[in-house]
Amino acid sequence: MKLVIAIIQPYKLEEVKEELYNVEVNLITVSEVLGHGRQKGVTEVYRGSKETGNLLRKIRLEIAVNDNYLEPTIKAIVKGAKTGETGDGKIFVLDLKECIRIRTEERGTTAIG
Amino acid sequence: MINQADTLFVLLSAAFVMLMTPGLAFFYGGMVRRKNILSVLMQCFVALCLLSLQWILFGYSLSFAPGNGFWGGFSWFGLNGVGSTPYAGYSATIPHQAFMVFQMMFAVITPALIIGAFAERMKFSAFLVFTLLWATFVYDPLCHWVWGEGGWLRNLGVLDFAGGIVVHTSAGIAALVTTIVIGKRKNLEHSPSPHNLPFVVLGTALLWFGWYGFNAGSALAVNGIAVNAFITTNTAAAAAGLSWAFLEWIRNGKPTVFGIVTGSIAGLATITPASGFVSPVSAILIGIAASIVCFIAVAVTKPRFGYDDSLDAFGVHGVGGILGTLLTGVLASKAINPLGANGLFYGNPKQLLIQLLAVAVAVTYTFLVTFGIYKLVDVFFRMRVSEKDELVGLDLTQHRERAYTILE
Repeated sequence: MKLVIAIIQPYKLEEVKEELYNVEVNLITVSEVLGHGRQKGVTEVYRGSKETGNLLRKIRLEIAVNDNYLEPTIKAIVKGAKTGETGDGKIFVLDLKECIRIRTEERGTTAIG
Repeated sequence: MINQADTLFVLLSAAFVMLMTPGLAFFYGGMVRRKNILSVLMQCFVALCLLSLQWILFGYSLSFAPGNGFWGGFSWFGLNGVGSTPYAGYSATIPHQAFMVFQMMFAVITPALIIGAFAERMKFSAFLVFTLLWATFVYDPLCHWVWGEGGWLRNLGVLDFAGGIVVHTSAGIAALVTTIVIGKRKNLEHSPSPHNLPFVVLGTALLWFGWYGFNAGSALAVNGIAVNAFITTNTAAAAAGLSWAFLEWIRNGKPTVFGIVTGSIAGLATITPASGFVSPVSAILIGIAASIVCFIAVAVTKPRFGYDDSLDAFGVHGVGGILGTLLTGVLASKAINPLGANGLFYGNPKQLLIQLLAVAVAVTYTFLVTFGIYKLVDVFFRMRVSEKDELVGLDLTQHRERAYTILE
């Protein structure tokens, strides 16, 4: 089991969601976050808006998947979020030790999907 | 002979109506997604600035100068000859300039109403040009036909107390044209929920309040007709708001805040042409009719035809304005306003035909000229923002600002 954490451009969320649905990854958690990488606070998107400081608005996705879903998930996120410009974001993949569905108390790979 | 009470009343009414444009901004602004609220507030505010100037320079002259039946001409250009003495053709008891500034606020809010149709996707520069041209070539002529001295529809005897044709039908039809031509918003499988419903309620409250100036003020005097218009305005808004909530309750299971305020606005738009001609009981009927017909337009017809009138500028203002203008021809009574006419229910079926003709003329003219202006501006400015700008949002891409922060 893996936990995929992706940081993407806010305006790409709809496209990423669409791509994830296409590979049958339906369970995602979305949050709005601030951060910056190489962009130093000015992107093509927020052009000129230096007043907002150097933290940019991003969307963070968390997706827990079974191993065979990992590559499709990564490909879907890249396909939806990539523009080729600085600021497209990052994907982190972590090993996931355990997963418990609260309603049924199922554990592990059956609890994930 | 200037009457001070009348003058004070009309000036205060003008201030009431001015407040409706920022009220409309919040009414609309609360409905859009949060990345676009500033663009809506900005469009409403810039309409206030731009059209105030247009009106002083030539808009008032085109609309109200005694030119011929079809336009006012330029004889009052720059308010030349529009002074502090009354102009009896409009009101014998208030300074001519007071009438001018009261009418200015109508000229401001009418083009602003159209914003609801193309919200979240029109380029700001194109919006400015479109709005200026629309005010000049659609609003000003229509205003002259219906209200101006010598206007040909006015001479036919059409009844439009405060703008069912001039304001709501024209803006509503322009909304229908622009929403169809500009096309749907991107990435909308379902219509997004309003990002700030309390703003929508606040905007409605300001509009309802301002509407007393809009309708009662249109009597241009402190008299029984103004009082009647005040009461019918409030009554229709109340009846429409309540009945819309019940309609939702029956059809969708729950009455909603968004529904009751939408219904109130539909009632206000619909009573506008009738407010000075019908009784309070007729106003209840008009309010109920407004909510039923506009509800169908918004909840049944729009999804069926699939156009994306983002904030229902056509479904509420256009449909309400047309309905109200026709109902004026049914329910108007000389017992309420001796300067008006009797409608169908009071033994004068001809009035309904006159109302019908005026609506047909206003719809046809607005439809054609709005389409022409849109296409013209589109050639030079491209009306619609780029797809990426639309996805990022108009606040950042058109104004480099955002409304809300996450952290300080």
